[in-house]
Amino acid sequence: MKTIYMDHAGATPVRPEVLSAMLPYFTEQFGNPSAVYDLGSAVKDAIEEQRAKVAALVGAEAKNIIFTSSGAEANNLAIKGVCLALQHKGRHVIVSGIEHHSVLNAARYLEKFHDFEATFLPVDRYGQVDPERLAKALTPATVLVSIQHASNEIGTVQRLTELTAVCRQAGVLFHTDAIATAGVIPIDVKALGVDLLTINGPALAGPKGIGALYFRRGIRLVPQIHGGIQEDGRRGGTENVPGIIGMGRAAELARHELPERAAYLQKLRDRLITGVLTEVPEVVFTGHPEQRLPGHASFCFEGIEGEALLFMLSRQGIYANTGSACASKALKTSPVLCAIGIRPDLAQGSLVFTFSTTNTEAEVSAVLRELPPAVAKLRSFSPVWRKRAAGGAA
Amino acid sequence: MYSPIVMDHFNNPRNIGVIEDADGFGEVGNPVCGDMMSFYIKVQDNVITDIKYQTFGCVAAIAVSSIVSEMAKGKTLEEAKKISKKAAAEALGGLPQNKMHCSNLGAEALALAIADYERKHQN
Ligand code: FES
Repeated sequence: MKTIYMDHAGATPVRPEVLSAMLPYFTEQFGNPSAVYDLGSAVKDAIEEQRAKVAALVGAEAKNIIFTSSGAEANNLAIKGVCLALQHKGRHVIVSGIEHHSVLNAARYLEKFHDFEATFLPVDRYGQVDPERLAKALTPATVLVSIQHASNEIGTVQRLTELTAVCRQAGVLFHTDAIATAGVIPIDVKALGVDLLTINGPALAGPKGIGALYFRRGIRLVPQIHGGIQEDGRRGGTENVPGIIGMGRAAELARHELPERAAYLQKLRDRLITGVLTEVPEVVFTGHPEQRLPGHASFCFEGIEGEALLFMLSRQGIYANTGSACASKALKTSPVLCAIGIRPDLAQGSLVFTFSTTNTEAEVSAVLRELPPAVAKLRSFSPVWRKRAAGGAA
Repeated sequence: MYSPIVMDHFNNPRNIGVIEDADGFGEVGNPVCGDMMSFYIKVQDNVITDIKYQTFGCVAAIAVSSIVSEMAKGKTLEEAKKISKKAAAEALGGLPQNKMHCSNLGAEALALAIADYERKHQN
């Protein structure tokens, strides 16, 4: 059976070009970039080349990119690093309620251990933060706002320029987690008006274990990993050289392919969304219909549970994702689905598809063939669906 | 993550469905994740002659309801009452730790169906 993999936000294979660029740096090019002899300085030069490539992906300069071990670390460095550097000015941080755990928990950490106050901003039914609401939440003590560029769970892209404008006017720094968007939609840090921006290597079809943070010139960051003077003293620890090489190559490829890639993914996405909404009754589309990631389609089906649906689909070789409580380790409904006002029992029926260019029209057709009977079968098992069909409350 | 027996019951749930003129009916919601299971039984001479169920829940919950229905069918009410969540989980070849709570649903819903029957046929 052919595998139809549509969970690229969860993980995506490293591209062969990326892997082959990385390989020499495990063996021949093993030198420590901090070493003064050739073997080290050649590696150091290679790292700086990659820094320029990652910077180019987001319209930044190489010297404003810090490599980290992950997107989560970059988010931590941005939030804790900025807030701790500015705590003499104020102790208030604002994040949206639908951020990644690395953002939410960094804000909670500041509350718990550094006497900060954290505001978790609500979102509308599409998952967008209202600029006016943000303006009202700002206080004289606010030192940082962190709002994601887009959600990997519901696909919604924020109206970031409106949000950054609010902060610029108030003189408050703005960080965005761009893990879902870097390499996917065009990013120019200056046009967006962001002061800090997180990028993740694996999201670019690079290797796991590498990420990067853009910071605007002049921004002070308290290091979160204390050590030597790697990354200009902003992050200690010997560089993950193969990871950096892989991320640089992936960023370079992503930048060149972006327009074509986005157009291709959007076509697949729109076909899947239209198909599901016409083929399956009683389904709710989640996230923003237009301001949305090109390769992202997300739904909630009435009367069924997402983990069971994933297993049903995997029998046909189809792999997707769900925000169902049953599929989460904590057995909790997805906070993102709660935040956009989805009922808990409807949130159980969540299904998320994320594409890459390896997906095809034929695969979308196969999903549209296999999904409706899978949903119907699980509904035939479901007491909640039976009650709903009988007109009772679910 | 699931045993082959769990997958078999999920892929081919035994006895799934509803009994319109059931002698006993029991339904429980899962307080942990909000899912739901309903059991229907037919009883003759104190023996469960037919059993059906519906489940809104994960792979484990569907497999649990299926195995419980198999274990209970043909048993006397007294025997069926003794089917424990532990026995159901064991018969499935074990469940992942964070899915053990799903096995409560099966035994509880069956117990409620039996209690419902007994209440209606007290004399
Ligand atoms: S029914 Fe929700 S985890 Fe099993």
